Amino acid sequence: MSPVPPRSRTRSAPAARPAAATGLSYGVERGTLDNGLRVVLSPDPSSPVVAVAVYYDVGMRSEPEGRTGFAHLFEHLMFQGSASLGKTEHFTYVQGNGGTLNGSTHVDYTNYYEVMPSAATELALFLEADRMRSVAVTQDNLDNQIAVVQNEIRVNVLNRPYGAFPWLNIPPVLFDDFANSHNGYGDFVDLESSTVEDAKQFFDRYYAPGNAVLTVVGDIDTAQVLGWVTQHFGDIEARSVPDRPSFAEPLPQQERRAVAYDQLVPTPAVAMAWRVPDPADLDTYLPYVVLAEVLTDGDASRLQERMLLEDRSATSISGYLGLLGDPLDARDPTPLLLEVHHPQETSLETVVTTVDEELERLATGGLLPGELDRTVARMNSRYLREVDSVLGRATAMSVFEQQRGRAELVNELPDLLRQVTAEAVQAAAATLTPTTRTLLELRPGSEA
Amino acid sequence: MTADLVRPVPPLAKPRPVKLPSVGERTLANGLRVMAVRRPGVPLAEFRLRIPFAGPTGRGGRAHTAQAQLLGDTLLSGTTQRTAAQLAADVQALGGQLSASTDADRLAFGGSVLVSGLPGLLALLAEVLTCASYPKREVDGERDRLVQELAIYRSQAAVVAREALMSRLYGDHPYGREIPSADEVKGVKPTQLRSLHDKRIAPAGSVLTIVGDLTPSRAIGLVEKALTDWTATTKAASTPPLPTVDRRPTLLVDRPGAVQTTLRMAGSAPSRTDADYAAFSLVNLVFGGYFSSRWVANIREDKGYTYSPHAQIEHPPAGSRITLSADVSTPTTAPALVETLWELGRVATTPVKQGELDQARRYAIGALAIGTSTQAGLASTLSQLAGAGLGVEWLRDYPKQLAAVTVEDALAAGARYLAPGRLTTVLVGDVAQVEASLRGLVELELE
Repeated sequence: MSPVPPRSRTRSAPAARPAAATGLSYGVERGTLDNGLRVVLSPDPSSPVVAVAVYYDVGMRSEPEGRTGFAHLFEHLMFQGSASLGKTEHFTYVQGNGGTLNGSTHVDYTNYYEVMPSAATELALFLEADRMRSVAVTQDNLDNQIAVVQNEIRVNVLNRPYGAFPWLNIPPVLFDDFANSHNGYGDFVDLESSTVEDAKQFFDRYYAPGNAVLTVVGDIDTAQVLGWVTQHFGDIEARSVPDRPSFAEPLPQQERRAVAYDQLVPTPAVAMAWRVPDPADLDTYLPYVVLAEVLTDGDASRLQERMLLEDRSATSISGYLGLLGDPLDARDPTPLLLEVHHPQETSLETVVTTVDEELERLATGGLLPGELDRTVARMNSRYLREVDSVLGRATAMSVFEQQRGRAELVNELPDLLRQVTAEAVQAAAATLTPTTRTLLELRPGSEA
Repeated sequence: MTADLVRPVPPLAKPRPVKLPSVGERTLANGLRVMAVRRPGVPLAEFRLRIPFAGPTGRGGRAHTAQAQLLGDTLLSGTTQRTAAQLAADVQALGGQLSASTDADRLAFGGSVLVSGLPGLLALLAEVLTCASYPKREVDGERDRLVQELAIYRSQAAVVAREALMSRLYGDHPYGREIPSADEVKGVKPTQLRSLHDKRIAPAGSVLTIVGDLTPSRAIGLVEKALTDWTATTKAASTPPLPTVDRRPTLLVDRPGAVQTTLRMAGSAPSRTDADYAAFSLVNLVFGGYFSSRWVANIREDKGYTYSPHAQIEHPPAGSRITLSADVSTPTTAPALVETLWELGRVATTPVKQGELDQARRYAIGALAIGTSTQAGLASTLSQLAGAGLGVEWLRDYPKQLAAVTVEDALAAGARYLAPGRLTTVLVGDVAQVEASLRGLVELELE
């Protein structure tokens, strides 16, 4: 289990919320165990279900050279057994008691979750604690999961048209440092040479309780859950938590262009990426999140109306923040991406010129009356829809707590989006210039 | 592993019963059936509108498929009062989403909106239902775009396999041809879309489901007010009955150079109202319907042939089916097929263990509770049930049926639906690399 999530496009991208005075008020209780594990609890008795999520503060960016794809491979290994659980037992305890589960590896974190009937809350906590304490990696399991991950890459990338586009093939153009530019799904040579010892070291270094956030959302009694958390996680030995390095690198000083080929695709596509401000500062970052929606969310967005409805120069357009499409789960450095699929008959330059024209029009003319309000209104309702599920809420709270120390942002985000001004969006658009752009052209066929 | 690390797995608490949602229901004067449930949580309303929309069997069905596909793509391309962009902006301003799509059985509208915007969104929906204009320029543009998108769609191995499988299973029934060819799309005219709209988008026979943070009576009242002018002289038509199609040998479709073989198998399955449905759904779970199944344990967790094997039950109205999917690395194609046939044979001929059955049972019951715990999940579930002629009480009755299934029932259902001889098989892969090893295993046809 445990794919890198498919790129979600703008449809499922950002977050926002209710237009009128419909503030969210999910409860947030937090604590920290002696071993450093941070715990966030949010009760909601409306349905007898619970989500348990564990977020480890390590992702693809932390992989060393020669070990591309290791964060994701290790995520698979976390499902292969631990001191109290044999291989496949983690799955059968969850599913065999009415739950669902998965894990996923991202640029800056790796997560694991269970959604279960609330009667199984303690069981889910036990399962997460057991592998945090004592994951058991054997050579057989490692060999098996290398083969599984290779098949995951085959089905999602190598045998799938547009499979690498652009999340795997734009980072090496956009970034220079290995941490930011390498293939996070993994080179087959690197995957095949991974060892049990690598796994032990990776676990010791990055899976310390102090490097994780545990979130429990749903039909729970918080005092009771805190008791279970203490009982099952409390005696996991504290280990030193690695300093998270800065992955910052200089902004590109001129336009970068590259061409990629895909023999499986029938029609071309182009991705354009711009580095955006550090997401740590929401005031300067959120205008870019709104900008992506102004440009590409629906028939009334700037680029869709121009290129899909008027010019018919493109067949699909999406715009989003972050390589994997979630605007609020990546740290610096991170891009805004525009992805345009177009017919062979439309030249690349037509596509690029049109995008430039629309960005220029926005940068000089600003937003139209009502344009910002309607854009944010839908972002907010889409966000509400996401956090209506216990899992969507646990996901949002975990990443907010891990990266910002503020699970409460789950309630605050809609207001923050409503506070984004038209001027700020206009100013953000003005930074998306040809000279600051990275452009990846995807052509059908193979390099001549 | 040191002994003190091994801990006892904690028991489950007493489960809290799932409360059956209280559904308000009314059939309007125009024949539209409306169902509504109050589900507070977030201040949204979810809606689903299902309009039976199948075409006929045979040649006429192909023309219908092409027209229906383009109709779904252009329904929101403008009305007599609004352009496509105006309509999109007005939906967005309500904090809403509105989509339209067609498949072999139905036209579906779906969406969600801030609950304060529900009257506005229903008014826009009514405008689309009664005054969609299919402007020539938009239809021309969407038609060209559809041709491009069909090419992209068909470049995927999974789509190639699905098309071949459906064609083999259903022949010239609409299910045998789920998406149109580019040529069939190219000839479609705006007048044909308007005519199809007038003839088939009818309230009688259609069902609108609303779930959200408002009372059923208020939701139904809003629908009645907004959609009262939607009338039609015809009744929405349902899918023609399935033909009897002769079983044919395993089909191998060439995808030169493919690093994986796309394996698909399918056959008929019981519908939700059949007496053996609960037993079948459990034996299917044990076989391959969830991660904790024999098939996954075998070809993924033991042998590493594949990433995500899965056996899924679908319920199209004319007849339910079971579909097995696995994408296996090219060199393991034949062994993966052997293991698959063996696992199918086991559940068809020997009883599953009581423990396996109990696990599958708890999973099925839990999945139902989780799937209906959100507004969107509940709306989709109720809408699907309504499409099958079932009401909300199914959510209460089905777990009871699951609870009663015995090992013997599961074996009978396995023998009836999962015996390998009852399934149709399609493989899409590199013939040059896989044909020889498959030849001795199964009767093979090449394409």
